Amino acid sequence: MSMFNHFAEFKMDVLKEVGNIGAGNAATALSRLIDKPVDMAVPTVSMVPFEEIAERVGGSEQVVVAVFLRVEGDAPGNMFFIIETNSAKKLLHNLLSIEVENENEYSEMEFSALGEIGNILAGSYLSSLADFTKLSMAPTVPSIAIDMAGAILSYGLLQFGQMGDDALLIDTTFLEDKEAIEGHFFLIPDPESFEKIFRALGVPFE
Amino acid sequence: MIQQNLIKIGMADLNVATDGAMIKTTGLGSCVGVTLFDPKVKVAGMAHVMLPLSSIARESTFNIAKYADTALPELLRRLAAAGARRERLIAKLAGGAQMFAFSGQSDTMRIGPRNVEACKMMLSQYSIPVMGEDTGGNYGRTIELDSSTGVLVIKSVQYGVKEL
Repeated sequence: MSMFNHFAEFKMDVLKEVGNIGAGNAATALSRLIDKPVDMAVPTVSMVPFEEIAERVGGSEQVVVAVFLRVEGDAPGNMFFIIETNSAKKLLHNLLSIEVENENEYSEMEFSALGEIGNILAGSYLSSLADFTKLSMAPTVPSIAIDMAGAILSYGLLQFGQMGDDALLIDTTFLEDKEAIEGHFFLIPDPESFEKIFRALGVPFE
Repeated sequence: MIQQNLIKIGMADLNVATDGAMIKTTGLGSCVGVTLFDPKVKVAGMAHVMLPLSSIARESTFNIAKYADTALPELLRRLAAAGARRERLIAKLAGGAQMFAFSGQSDTMRIGPRNVEACKMMLSQYSIPVMGEDTGGNYGRTIELDSSTGVLVIKSVQYGVKEL
């Protein structure tokens, strides 16, 4: 993926800010939802080989809860909200006072609650991003899966797969109550979307 | 359990195993794990295919293990170099799931089934019989092939362990 190798550092910073704004709003939304403070780490922006993306959430075979949305509009891409299964349990407990007994079995109600949390968070991430860039960005209806991280994340790499073996990943980690709940936002814009995002923000794209 | 010889295949990667080594790939979602085995000389090969046809590649030089139509010829070449004969090879397939369900089914979203179709088409071109298959569904799989027996072990979160 040579087109990204010469991304100047300040362009990476622009993308970092994109992640910061989006995830900042999402963290605020989550904080309101569970009525507790939520901390957020500074986003990391990097070209990540496909192999290593799953390492960010504990490895290819790590079972995670993932809400996936396709971003449609001017700057299409893929978006994941990923939490580990024990964090998901705590989130359900805090939000709905549901005790999840088996990590790998979720009732319809729990499943739908997690999907809705993902929907609210991704929606606030994208709407702040759309305001900031003046680009239209609309999420599809979210889809939720509980499975191996490798199997889930490879789904978001298909657009990049046609161009190379790396994807540009904007990763934001947030924590609630120190480390009780840890979640990740992955935004993987389609290769064609970068030019539009940079243009919209007034950054020259050569 | 300690495996003396474990060859790991990454995403869009392929390799062969001999001398009783195990060959493994983790987290197959819409990707397809194609395994080939020559029971006589006990040589096994595996490819972790990500996309169906290299004609959709938009890169000038691409990783041939990524596409079904380029990965299989390369895997066959490597197997032949390790002593396997094409007419003895048997194939087993796993993966090709549809991890997320959407109402509007674009081509990208149907990638799992398309990967499986492309792999089968290539196998039939080379007249290699498909002896076992665990494809489709909406869940991820980890697969491990034993080069001494040709047994393919498939693990998934929902359905546990299965042998082909």
